[in-house]
This record gives sequence, structure tokens and C-alpha cells, in this order.
Amino acid sequence: MRQHAIVIIGGGPAGLAAAISAAEHGEKDLLILERDRELGGILNQCIHNGFGLHTFQEELTGPEYAARYIEKARELGIPCLTDTMVLDISPEKVVTAVSPAEGLFQIQAEAVILAMGCRERPRGALNLPGYRPAGIFTAGTAQRLVNVEGRMPGREVVILGSGDIGLIMARRMTLEGAKVKVVAELMPYSGGLKRNIVQCLEDYGIPLKLSHTVVDIHGKERLTGVTLAQVDGSGRPIPGTEEEYSCDTLLLSVGLIPENELSKSAGVSLSPLTSGPVVDESFQTSTEGIFACGNVLHVHDLVDFVSEEASNAGRHAVEYIRRKRETNSGGCSGKQEETDSAKSSVLEILPGEGVRYTVPSALHMAQMEETLKIRFRVRNVYRNCYVTVSAGDHQLLRRKKQILAPGEMEEAVIRREALADVLPAENLTVRIEEV
Amino acid sequence: MEKRILTCIGCPMGCELTVELDGETVTSISGYTCKRGKIYGEKEVTHPTRIVTTTVRIARGAAPVVPVKTKEDIPKDKIFQCIRELKNVTVQAPVRAGEAVLKNVAGTGVDVIAVKTVGE
Amino acid sequence: MYDVIIIGAGVSGCAVARELSRYQGKFCVLEREEDVCCGTSKANSGIVHAGFDAEPGSMKAKMNLEGSRKMKELSEELDIPFEQNGSLVVCTSEEQRGGLEELLERGQKNGVQGLQILEREELMKMEPNLSDQVIAGLYAPTGGIVCPFELTIALAENACSNGVEFRFCTEVQRVEKLEEGFRLTTSGGTMETRTVVNAAGVYADVFHNMVSEEKIHITPRKGEYQLLDKTAGGHVHCTVFALPGKYGKGVLVTPTVHGNLLVGPTAADIEDKEGTNTTREGLDTVAAKSAETVKNVPLRQVITSFAGLRAHEDRDDFVLGQPADAAGFFDCAGIESPGLTSAPAIGRYLAEQAAGYLNLPENTEFHPERKGIQKLSEMDFAQRMELIREEPAYGRIICRCEGISEGEILDAIRRPVGAKSLDGIKRRTRAGMGRCQAGFCSPKVMELLVRERGIGWEQLTKTGKDSWLICGKNKDGIEESTDSGRDGAKVWK
Repeated sequence: MRQHAIVIIGGGPAGLAAAISAAEHGEKDLLILERDRELGGILNQCIHNGFGLHTFQEELTGPEYAARYIEKARELGIPCLTDTMVLDISPEKVVTAVSPAEGLFQIQAEAVILAMGCRERPRGALNLPGYRPAGIFTAGTAQRLVNVEGRMPGREVVILGSGDIGLIMARRMTLEGAKVKVVAELMPYSGGLKRNIVQCLEDYGIPLKLSHTVVDIHGKERLTGVTLAQVDGSGRPIPGTEEEYSCDTLLLSVGLIPENELSKSAGVSLSPLTSGPVVDESFQTSTEGIFACGNVLHVHDLVDFVSEEASNAGRHAVEYIRRKRETNSGGCSGKQEETDSAKSSVLEILPGEGVRYTVPSALHMAQMEETLKIRFRVRNVYRNCYVTVSAGDHQLLRRKKQILAPGEMEEAVIRREALADVLPAENLTVRIEEV
Repeated sequence: MEKRILTCIGCPMGCELTVELDGETVTSISGYTCKRGKIYGEKEVTHPTRIVTTTVRIARGAAPVVPVKTKEDIPKDKIFQCIRELKNVTVQAPVRAGEAVLKNVAGTGVDVIAVKTVGE
Repeated sequence: MYDVIIIGAGVSGCAVARELSRYQGKFCVLEREEDVCCGTSKANSGIVHAGFDAEPGSMKAKMNLEGSRKMKELSEELDIPFEQNGSLVVCTSEEQRGGLEELLERGQKNGVQGLQILEREELMKMEPNLSDQVIAGLYAPTGGIVCPFELTIALAENACSNGVEFRFCTEVQRVEKLEEGFRLTTSGGTMETRTVVNAAGVYADVFHNMVSEEKIHITPRKGEYQLLDKTAGGHVHCTVFALPGKYGKGVLVTPTVHGNLLVGPTAADIEDKEGTNTTREGLDTVAAKSAETVKNVPLRQVITSFAGLRAHEDRDDFVLGQPADAAGFFDCAGIESPGLTSAPAIGRYLAEQAAGYLNLPENTEFHPERKGIQKLSEMDFAQRMELIREEPAYGRIICRCEGISEGEILDAIRRPVGAKSLDGIKRRTRAGMGRCQAGFCSPKVMELLVRERGIGWEQLTKTGKDSWLICGKNKDGIEESTDSGRDGAKVWK
């Protein structure tokens, strides 16, 4: 069986950044496995600009952002296999993969970094009633058809869901010659970034209907129209508010789901809140030596944060291997003690009022670095509120925010010193305090 | 005196800007939290610009289209002219990222460049 | 002049075609859609019924029993999945107990083996997710599940390999009795045949009534379903039914042969023979009714919902064979549940009748076996290695949810009665049937269809006819630039 120190599952933004960081931290025995024919992942079809503001202080398109990482990986000589699908990962870190060139093969890894990304929620998951004609695509599928294949999936478009891909596709379809009639959003607020609402909808006079959903689908062969209706506070359509739109295309941008089928095979515990693995401060999952980063961990809205998170995951994977090798090469004496004390000081990180989830969700005090960055999403739109982090009764952080929205990922940074002062504590809780 | 409310697009914060205009002149601007917001607000009400990203057909390429962008932002009202001009463009593979596929689009003085390398 | 023309390439029509190919003759199946299994056969529960429901002495009872007994052998011949997972009819109150007894008695009269009534305690050991109201149930160990697509497709492929012609996108408009035989006016011209098998599903009454004065009437009875992710597939092991009511067997909860969980159907008589739309009420009913027999059905894991139309004939039985006033016209009408189960028996029954009527000699070259598309997910490591070495396309995974390779998709396109559309590929390989519902793989499958079939992207369809997927290239809908300085096509470099 082949052996590698770190096998990275996925060559998109997360996998690339993780691999590069691992290489830069001294681990040369890496392998990236990528299912597509080229590296870059979903960035290859995200041809709009706006990537890299945080990382490079400039606005890049998806392919440009990807290219920077691909070139870097190439410079560092990181090996990768494209056109290669991973079929299974065992808890013992045996990776089974298949490709036309290599056939079916297995790799024993010392550490695995999960970076498989996410998938879109399909129509079925919404249980939209009506016929099942051609012309209903997820926004990402349409994005691939238009941006990569150069083919138009329709002429008159309605978009359900105001997630970023939906908004971006409203503009893309318009610029490629289609008429986008309306974007309907079930929630009373948009799930996408502000800039996308301005630049993708307002610029082109495309109406955004909040608190609206599709209640019927017309057309037996190709879509001929949809019925939209307003919904009440619990998301139920309000009778009498139905409005018909003729269209040949319905694009769905109704959420992304981390793609964790492989994680399950590796015995990794998943969080019902994120649908991604439960990780600690080092991005290690419940299966020792298996790390996760990027959209497979939790869905991000900015690739810059994916890269940053993945870099950390890559670094931690290298550290993990080092520790493991050290303990294996004789230094066994203090090991038991160390694990025991580490265990005794694991803090759970909990989402409190107004917070949907946090990543990470556990902190090993013994391994905490100078600071800990907690990423989280809020449940609702909050204005002029405070983000707080507490350990038991002690408040460690209280920061004023003008606006918080579920569509935008937030972060809170905790200093080790500040935390050390209030220990022992059982957990850290992130809350939103409304004024 | 005209008052306009904008959402800043400089970053994901999406600050709400209030700009007051006297004719073509900005008399006051508030609501921004960084320099970029102030610049955006002033520009957006006087001469809004955008980077345009789209695709261009490619002949004998490894892919049917190559993604492109305007190298710099162009006036917002030139977007569709830019698109119309690009409709007529077919580039020959190979094309390298950064290479111009159309110069001086819509008379803006800005080139449209490929953002991805596409081989033959 | 054909010996037999079969109208309709659903499971019954294809079963008749396959059984007819045991005889020598000129046979043709006409189908208005672009593929087999596009009507009632594609949207049903996929159950092989044990046979305790049907009225003793009815055609339904006879065909059900015989079909259920043939299914195992047939599945082996045709290389399709079939599982005898057992059926369970549960009752939720003491008043209903009589209903169970009645079913048991009926089943025994029909000749169903192994039936027994079990009490709650025993049931819960078998099916821990039964609802709290369940007090007893009728267990039928011979109940089973098949994949309706695979059964129909396999029957058609085998029929085709044995010489039966298939014509798709050919809609029969008129059937006329001639002095000898029949003339069919179709969207593809007129055809003459000595006999007709009318397997036209919800339209079978229309064709029957064109040649016979003994009128029949078929009501489309809509059934809505919800299909759940494979993670929910283990929620029940048997097929769990409620006690049957006026409109049939009620909402069932069953695993599928592919490991998903299927919940449904509703039952609503409608007018529109094309009314395969799901409704909010229907989907809600599925959810509510399933909860009566099985608790905690994880409906959040629904990956798709669909509706099918059962062809319910007024007399509540299958209409099989020749009307008194139309010799040579063989009805295969009113085929609702247990139609899928009965298909092997109906096929044999009608093929024998038609062959007897025409006095057809046996086809000594008939080959009963059909090999399915190689399923990589079912192979061991070495087999898979070997296959990829021979054909590297089996090493490229196209549908990641179901793990379907390019090799399997190419096979689906190239084999007899091959796939022509996205749905055609989906039904043959399951590519696009998984949890992402073709989000990732459809552009790749489109590319393969374009390449293999030598068609343009604009000719691609989801499922034939006007179900187009691509309307043109980028910027086709953009007006040409009128700026005089920039005319004509510009090719840089």
C-alpha cells in the first residue's frame, strides 16, 4: 500500500491552502486527491470578482484566486492526483480512491485533511409541489453550464433563494442574454452578501421578493412558469397572495450542505448544527489524525476565510504528525500524563442566545495558542447588538456590532491570557445580546 | 438638495451610507466605517463603476469558453455595451490568464483580459 | 404487416414483448415517449406484493400470485435486484383487527404462503420504528421489492436482443379493425398488424373503445410519494402497509432495493391523464399518513417527491385478453397495483394468447438472459481493478452521490434500447438519483450524451419531447453591437 504523511481530500481552495501550509511548515510527504480534471474546485466556475480582498487586498475572480494557490502548490512541488475520486476513508486513515489512470488504489496516511466542500440543496429537499419538467436547476449547476461549458440553460429565469450563488447567477444570466424576472426569498432577509444584492440585482433592476416562495411549478416537459406566494412568519404560504410568473428556467439557491459522506465512513462525528464534522481548536475531528476545513466543515461565504482556516488545519496536521512521531519514537514516559491533563481541560464551545453554531466546538486548553478564533453564524438579523463570549459567569469579550446577519459569518477572538484568568470553566459560550 | 441611501459594497460589512448631493456635488456623506466606504459613496452617486466579468468564446480550446474581466472598473452605464462588443469576440487557444482579449472596450480605455489560462 | 404491435412500453408492454420473443414473428412496441418506463411504471411503490389483497378468483389475484412466484427467477435471468424483505400490514386499533383476519383469510384463499398475524411485541422486535398505535400486523414473508425502472428496462433490452423492434416518440392516434388485422395511425405514419396488444396504461380505454362496443373506462388515480436519502433506508426493513381502504393499499413505508426509504402513495381520482404533478396537500398527506404506521420517519431527508397515475378500471380488476367483438385485439388494461408484481405473469399470459391466436412457432433461438450494466459499487477490489484496466472510463466517477462511473453511463447509452436523455441515464445507472439530485453530474452526463450520440447541446433533453435543457450558447440573446467601430467577428492573435 502507498503511504503518505498527509493526504488531502479535495483540491479546491481549502485543500490547496491546507496542503501549502503543511508544506510550508515542513511536511513534504503530501498528496492532494482531486475529483475534477483540474485543481481549483468550485472557484473554476466562480468567474465573478470579489475574491481575495482579505488575503491579497485586491479583488480577484475565482479562477485567478485559485491560480495563485495552484501556482504556489506547484512551486512547492506538492504532488496531486486529479480525475481521482476518493471512495472511502477508514478510521485507520486508509484512503481508497479510483481514477482512470491509476485504477483503484489505497493509501495509508498518517493524517488526513478533509476538504471536500459542499453541495447544493436540490429541489427535492424543498418538497416543492408541482410537475417535474426540465428547466429546474440549482444555481451552481447553471453556473457550471454557463461559465465553464458556455451554454445557456434558459432564456427567462426566476430564482428561488437569495443565497450568494443565486444572486451571482442573476447577474451572470443577465449578462449572457437571459431575462431574470425575480428573485424570491423565503426568509424576511436575504441569505446573501450585501454587495451581491447591490451589484447583482439592483444594478440590473431585478426585484428581490422577501418572504416569498414558489408554491407551484407549471409545465410538463419544459418549465413554463412558476407561482410565487408570500409566506407568513412560519414560512407558510398566505392564500390569496399567489402571483404567476412565466419563465422557462427556475434556479434554486436554497442552501449548501457540507458533503460529509466520506467523513462518516471515517467515523467522524458530525454536528447537527453545521452538518460538518465536530472539530477542536486544531480542526481535528473526533477521529484522531483526521482534520477538516473549508466548506466540508461549515459553509463559508468568503473564500478568504476558507483559505485562512485551511492553512491552520494544514499546520495543525503537521504538528499532530510530529507529536505522534515523537511519542512513537520512545518518548512514551510522559504521554499518559499529558493526555490525562489535556482531557481534564477540554472546554466545550457552545452557541448561546442568537448563535446558530460555532467552529470549533471544543478547546483543549493545553494546546491553545496565543489566541483562539471562534467563527459563528447568527440566527437572525440583529442591529446594534453585542457579541459576547463567556466562560461560566465570566465575560471574556463583549463587542458592539452594528449589524449581524445569518448570511454573513462572524468571528470572535479569545486571548489565552484572558481565558487563563477565569479558569477552571466547563465551557465557552458565544451569545448575541440585544440592547 | 438630494439625499441618497446606499449600501456600501467595499466589503461584506455592507455599511449603510447616507450621501447628500447638491447637483453633481457631494455635500456630505455619513455611515461609513472605513476610508473605502467614503470613497465608494462619493463615487457611486457621481460616477458609478463596475468590474465586468463574463465569458468569451474560444476556438480550438480545451474549453468552449474562457472567463474574462475588465482589467479595471468601467462606468456602470457601459456594462451592456461591453457585453455586446464581447459577443463578437472569439479568441484562439491557447490563451493565458492576463492576456487581453479585447482592447479599449466600449471606448472606456480599459482592456478585457482572460482570467484563466486555457490550453489548446 | 406485423404479427403483433404492442402499444406502450411500460412494464406490462415490455413483459409481453419479452415473452412474445419466445415465438417467431414480427413484433413491434410503440411508445409515445422517448424511452421505456415513462408512464405509470416509473412512478409506483416498487413492491412485489405477496398477494393477499386481491379478491379471490379475480385476474388481479391470479396474476399477482403467479407474478410474485416468477419474480425471483426472472430477476436472476435479467440480472436485476430483487429482495424478499417481507410485507407487514399493521392495524392500529382493536376494531381493525377484523380487517387483518379478513386479509389473512383472503391471502390463504389466494394461495399466499407463510402468512401469519403477529402481536405488537413480536412486531416491535422486527420493526422497532412502528408507531405506538400499532397493535398487531399481518406478516407476509414472500412480499418483496424491485426497482420498477430496472425491471422494465431489462425486459425491453431482453426483448430487443431477441428481435422485438422498439419505436419511440411514436404516438398511436387511431386503431382501426381491418378485414384481417388492424391499421394503426401513428405520429410516425400508418402501420398494419395482425394483432394488437393494448398496454397503454391510463390511455388503454381510449384504444379499447376504438375497436370494441364493450366499453371500458379508466380513471387515473394519482399517488404521490416522497423518496428519502439512503441514510434513512434502514428505518424499516419490511414494507409496512396500513390496512387497505376503499382506494387501495394506503400509504406504505418501505425500503427500496437501492437502500432509500420510500413513503407513499396518496390516492386521488383525477380527470387529467397527464396530471403527474405533486401537490402540497398530497405531500402533507403522505407525511401524516405514514406517521400512523411508522414513527419518526425522517422526512427532513427527502431527496425528491413524485406522483404517478394508476390506471384504475371501473370494474376494479385487470382487463386481460380479447373483447368478444374484437378478435386479435388483446387488452392489457386497468393495470394498477399489483401490476408491477403481475407483469411477468401478464406478459406470459398475453403472449401465449396472441401466439396461440396467430399460431406462431417457437423461437428456438430465444435467449432468456440479459446482463445488466456492471455495477462497480457491487464489485470487489480485484474485479474493479481489472475492469478499469480494460476500460479506464470505469475509473472516472461521474455521479459522486451514487458512485456511478463514466463506463457505466457509456454502457447505458450504447446498449440495446439505450438511454437518450438525462432521465434515461438516471433510470439505467442511477446517476443523478442520489442526494444531490444531479446537481454535480448533469453537466458531465450532458457532455457524454452529446459526444456519444453526436447531437448538439440544444438537442439534449431531460426526458424527450420538449424537455430541452440548453437553449444555446452564451450571449445568443444579446443584441449585436451596433457600434460602427467594432463590427464583425474579432479574432485576436
